[in-house]
Amino acid sequence: MKKLSKSDHLKIYSYMLKIRRFEERSAQLYGMGHIGGFCHLYIGQEAVVVGVLMTIKKNDSVVTTYRDHGHMLARGLKPKKIMAELTGRADGYSSGKGGSMHMFSKENNFYGGHGIVGAQVPIGTGIAFTHKYNGDKNICRTYIGDGAMNNGQVFEAFNLAALWNLPVLYIIENNKYGMGTSVDRAAAGSHLYKRGEAFGINGEIVDGMNVYSVIKAAEKAGDYVRAGKGPYILEVQTYRYRGHSMSDPAKYRTKDELEEYKNSDPIEIVRDEILKKKIATKNEMDKINKEIIEEIKLAAEFALNSKFPSKEELYTDVYI
Amino acid sequence: MSTEILMPALSPTMTEGNLTKWLVNEGQEIKAGDVIAEIETDKATMEVEAVDEGFIEKLLYKEGDQNIPVNKPIALISAEKNSKAKSINKKIETTLKNAKQDLNEKEESNPISNEVSMHISKDQITMRQAIRDTIAEEMRKDKKVFILGEEVAEYQGAYKVTQGLLDEFGKKRVIDTPISEHGFTGLAVGAAFKGLIPIVEFMTFNFSMQAIDQIINSAAKTLYMSGGQINCPIVFRGPNGAAAQVAAQHSQDFSSWYAHVPGLKVVAPSTPLNAKGLLREAIRDPNPVIFLENEILYGLKGEVASDENFTIPFGRANIAKEGKDTTLVTYSIMLHKSLEAAKILQDKYNLDIEVIDLQSLRPIDSETIINSVMKTNRIITVEESWPFASVGSEIVNLVQKNAFDYLDAPIIKVNSADVPMPYSSELEKLYLPQIDDIVKAVKEVNYI
Repeated sequence: MKKLSKSDHLKIYSYMLKIRRFEERSAQLYGMGHIGGFCHLYIGQEAVVVGVLMTIKKNDSVVTTYRDHGHMLARGLKPKKIMAELTGRADGYSSGKGGSMHMFSKENNFYGGHGIVGAQVPIGTGIAFTHKYNGDKNICRTYIGDGAMNNGQVFEAFNLAALWNLPVLYIIENNKYGMGTSVDRAAAGSHLYKRGEAFGINGEIVDGMNVYSVIKAAEKAGDYVRAGKGPYILEVQTYRYRGHSMSDPAKYRTKDELEEYKNSDPIEIVRDEILKKKIATKNEMDKINKEIIEEIKLAAEFALNSKFPSKEELYTDVYI
Repeated sequence: MSTEILMPALSPTMTEGNLTKWLVNEGQEIKAGDVIAEIETDKATMEVEAVDEGFIEKLLYKEGDQNIPVNKPIALISAEKNSKAKSINKKIETTLKNAKQDLNEKEESNPISNEVSMHISKDQITMRQAIRDTIAEEMRKDKKVFILGEEVAEYQGAYKVTQGLLDEFGKKRVIDTPISEHGFTGLAVGAAFKGLIPIVEFMTFNFSMQAIDQIINSAAKTLYMSGGQINCPIVFRGPNGAAAQVAAQHSQDFSSWYAHVPGLKVVAPSTPLNAKGLLREAIRDPNPVIFLENEILYGLKGEVASDENFTIPFGRANIAKEGKDTTLVTYSIMLHKSLEAAKILQDKYNLDIEVIDLQSLRPIDSETIINSVMKTNRIITVEESWPFASVGSEIVNLVQKNAFDYLDAPIIKVNSADVPMPYSSELEKLYLPQIDDIVKAVKEVNYI
């Protein structure tokens, strides 16, 4: 693993914190009725996407599930335009027509935001196919929830990716529950990444609560895929603090379980590391936190002041 | 005593075949299971094995003979060697004469079914060639275009539509997939999001049901969900509807299923000419297009435009026959049955029928339909799909809303029976709309 610079450490901390504060604000706006529909928060899983972010090249592609706010922030998308989308406003990334689950940014090579469990996996494989077809040496990172690992199209995609040696890195975010069903109750066999073995796809388990473990694994896996060795699978063990969506009270798990994970909070791990390495002082880090809170507050204000889409917008973007 | 070896039916839709090669000679002894000939069908070149044992007495066709009807004797076997009895010779000559006569007659008859007759001329091309040529022409022009599907490359296409493409474009652009419709359709959608132009061949549209989530939830909706950022330039094509006796799971017409979906465009060619024009338009369209072919029409010959930029804009119907008494609105294979019905109605009842070939189902050319109804005051829809919520149902709505006062009779929809497709050929005939059904409907709205 490449040595992380001082600014790398602070970038990691800032991004993770930004995602956390953004999601907390989203929960608040949901409670106030400004965000509707389904809203899946990323709190607890920040180390996964930020760890992977540290290994991404500009022209690489990313595609993910509906738990996508953190992914978009990590891909460099603007919090205010994400929040405007969540609140269904004209300034949102999809002009208010996609919502929480369906957000895209072509200029950032971010291909969604997909609401159907598993659908993003063949799609991400197809984006990787395009990278290979064009011979551009870029790769596609395709995120998969643990629930989708029981979905047939995922294995069809694995087979195609291995068969055609496609530059796709599959990242399973195993947060232990597919909605209310624990992985143990949904998936036969042992580790999820091992399901790639049948297709000759290598993979490994990664500690997703520790961003440094994620960076190390993602870097190695990214290099492997970029070298033209075909697909690879990372099964990142993580945990979502909140329910599946805003309407889920998460009664299927114990408070003790949740507390246990909160005690190894991914952001605290980074904070401790920064303090230990004397990269920044407590005061400096509190300042970063305050700045982020302010940025997210402004994003929320921007969203709530943004106009709703015009009537004409209903009929645009059906065809081009 | 001689035994006849008959031209075998080697595929569900085969009505005739070409004798490409004899692997036995006259006088040769054969055993059951010996390969005796190679026959070219509408789909592939197949080996024919002997079922009976004996000596090849006479080969009734020579290598290279074409369009030999199914069930015609192609050779005679005798139980004994050197069987030269006069009676047998006479029989051979008669059989041979009849066979030759059949061959000549065949050139005059129809390629579709006993019910539908079309003019065939040698310099015209088949629907299958028209589709292949268009794919090849567009692939030559644009490196982003590629084709994938089951058996499209090395096998040369399950229905020979992609014949020769692998040789010309190589395996990077002509790609055999495993039997994974959900997976390869999603992959193609992802490739289209990223800027390529995939042509997805479904061996039949029945198998697109395995992939329908990717077609509707991903291909059709992402432009909208992304606020116009990510379009999906893709063509889904393959045979749709009934072939011949392939029964319930392989005979469904999906036109109204896909035409229901905003974000998709849906077209259904009926001739080599519009197949070329519509397919080129489909490949060049930046939106997802469902291109519904018909297996029985693959062998249909017709003229095509020689211009390599000839396209037919979507949303434009073709008035296949002008008339003033009743309008028939149809598409795909039912165009030919409708034209045949129009001929009968003219001859027997002196009714001048207007036949509209929709070509494009979404967008639909409502203007042409409405104008025609305003002229004829009677309209019948003819389509192969089930009747409930069919394309015809939508046309009924269009007409009652826009030309209510012009109607002199209720609108009749001619559809397939509202049951799963049966296997038996007799029941299959009852299931599908026939020329008689169209004639009957037209008579009914003319109160005859």
